[in-house]
Amino acid sequence: MLTSFAILTDGLVYAAYLFIVAIGLTLIFGVMKILNVAHGSFYAFGAYGAATAVGIYANADWPAALGFLFMLVLAMTIGLVMGIILERGLLRQVYGKDEVITVLVTYATFLILEDVIVLLWGPQSYAAYQPMVSAGNIEIGGLVLSNYDILLVAIAAALALLAYWSLKFTRYGWLLTTVIFDRETAAAFGVNVTLIYTVTFIIGAMLGALGGAVMAPKIAVTLGIGVEVIVLAFAVVAIGGMGSIEGALIGALIVGICRAAAVHLVPQLELFVIYGVMALVLVVRPYGLFVRAQPRKI
Amino acid sequence: MSGRGQLVGGLMFLFATAAAPLLPDWIVSLATVALANALVVLGLVVLWRAGLVSFGQAIYYCIGAYAVALTARWTGFRDAFALVVIGGVAAGLVAALIGFLLARYREIFFAMLSLALSMILYGVLVKTESLGSTDGFSVATPTFLGFAPHRDTLGLSLYWLTLGVDAVCAVLISAYYRSVAGALAAPIRDNEIRVEFLGVSVASVVHAKVVISGVLGGLGGALAALTIGHVDPNMSYWTTSGSFVFVTILAGASSVAAAFVGSLAYEAVRSFAFDLMPQLWQMTLGSVLLLTILFLPNGLGSLVSRVKRREEAKS
Repeated sequence: MLTSFAILTDGLVYAAYLFIVAIGLTLIFGVMKILNVAHGSFYAFGAYGAATAVGIYANADWPAALGFLFMLVLAMTIGLVMGIILERGLLRQVYGKDEVITVLVTYATFLILEDVIVLLWGPQSYAAYQPMVSAGNIEIGGLVLSNYDILLVAIAAALALLAYWSLKFTRYGWLLTTVIFDRETAAAFGVNVTLIYTVTFIIGAMLGALGGAVMAPKIAVTLGIGVEVIVLAFAVVAIGGMGSIEGALIGALIVGICRAAAVHLVPQLELFVIYGVMALVLVVRPYGLFVRAQPRKI
Repeated sequence: MSGRGQLVGGLMFLFATAAAPLLPDWIVSLATVALANALVVLGLVVLWRAGLVSFGQAIYYCIGAYAVALTARWTGFRDAFALVVIGGVAAGLVAALIGFLLARYREIFFAMLSLALSMILYGVLVKTESLGSTDGFSVATPTFLGFAPHRDTLGLSLYWLTLGVDAVCAVLISAYYRSVAGALAAPIRDNEIRVEFLGVSVASVVHAKVVISGVLGGLGGALAALTIGHVDPNMSYWTTSGSFVFVTILAGASSVAAAFVGSLAYEAVRSFAFDLMPQLWQMTLGSVLLLTILFLPNGLGSLVSRVKRREEAKS
């Protein structure tokens, strides 16, 4: 009983993490048809930025809540700046080329940014555990949970609600939906697709950086964290269906629970289970659970 | 390959064979690794001609290498020729198996699924204590049909073996390019629905390409394992795949020779650039990749074909 409760809570926390990193990726893909490998860099920059912020406020003796807010704001500002530079400076050059070409462009960007991290922050790893420690623990049903993990789940849920609300009830969301549905028709009806692309990419980048920032207190911020994220986020997004927000949510929950079950029951399978689930889903639904049927164009 | 292309290729092969004894050992071993990796690149080119990119080609490289290392370790069997074949066959079998999944996908799905699969292998190898976990283990010194070369001649023997395997593969692959299945690559890339309307199963053509590239990857991994004398899980890591993709894009798919020249150039630049500025190595790679995609979308090989076309236009 305790084990299944532990699996459920661990799974939820992990799913929250996966959802936060996957939502930016799937948003950018849905709108722009770009699989943004550099999303891993956004995550890494967010995490490093958060670690720097924690270093600053831990020395300055600020209250914890303010420090946490400072951490998020700094990371998302980094995401904002990177998003603008990348979209305006680079990706505009390759719009309209093959999807594979744009993947390679973002992959090249990712490689460059990996070394930029080394230049800016050096090769050593950072610890940013203070927010997690100051959040404290809570005991529920004989299980000690970190308040920080609960906060993480709350952030993910808030993001999901926010995404749902803005897609369904705001003007920008409606425009976005038309672009996702058919870019050319939307442009023909006067939707400013170029602007939508820029705004979407920046939002996606900020979400990626946010993911890194909220995870920074839970992990060692070190080189190579971006890669793991991009592979995991891709697995989640592939399960849910590329470009689908609700798909990312369901995918994150499936992967999160399965991984937690594996960790508690058969720890050797931890890495394997994520890709195992993905392969299983793709065998049944080749393009994910929530993807709209695409007509074949000749 | 045209008659002239074959002649140039043959001359290059003879030159490479004859020049080796005159060169210092470290160049020979560097060239051996480069020529082994060139096979993996050749496999990626086979896919790239049909518009497919695999971000996880290192999975075959790693399987070929581990197949060789494990065969030598468990059975004590050390004949280089047989080991290389075993490496190629093992990777080919795995490719045939996962090909059933991969052949249904195109573009980014194909690329990212390959990446995910190679990372599974990496994860499994890292967790396997009996195979040395992240450290890997060393590969026994090979023999050549009963002949056991001494330290000094081992490098040369492996070099010639690699060169021989390369030559055979180059001839076979250029024959494949001229076959119907090979010639279908460009149409599949342009519009595969039309190809299907011609009565061809695109999925089985793609599956065949996956297997071919898998075998080439396995051969490359087997040769690299014998040359380096050590295998570790990094052979399946995404950076390994990334460097193969890098060479493929840089060299371009215009000819078979481009893969070999590209791989040699990459290895040469890497050994120098890595010494000079190890901190900026990935940045250098990324920048060159970006510049190639933006300004030379068909790779360095396209410069040669551009000159050739100009000559033809004149005559």
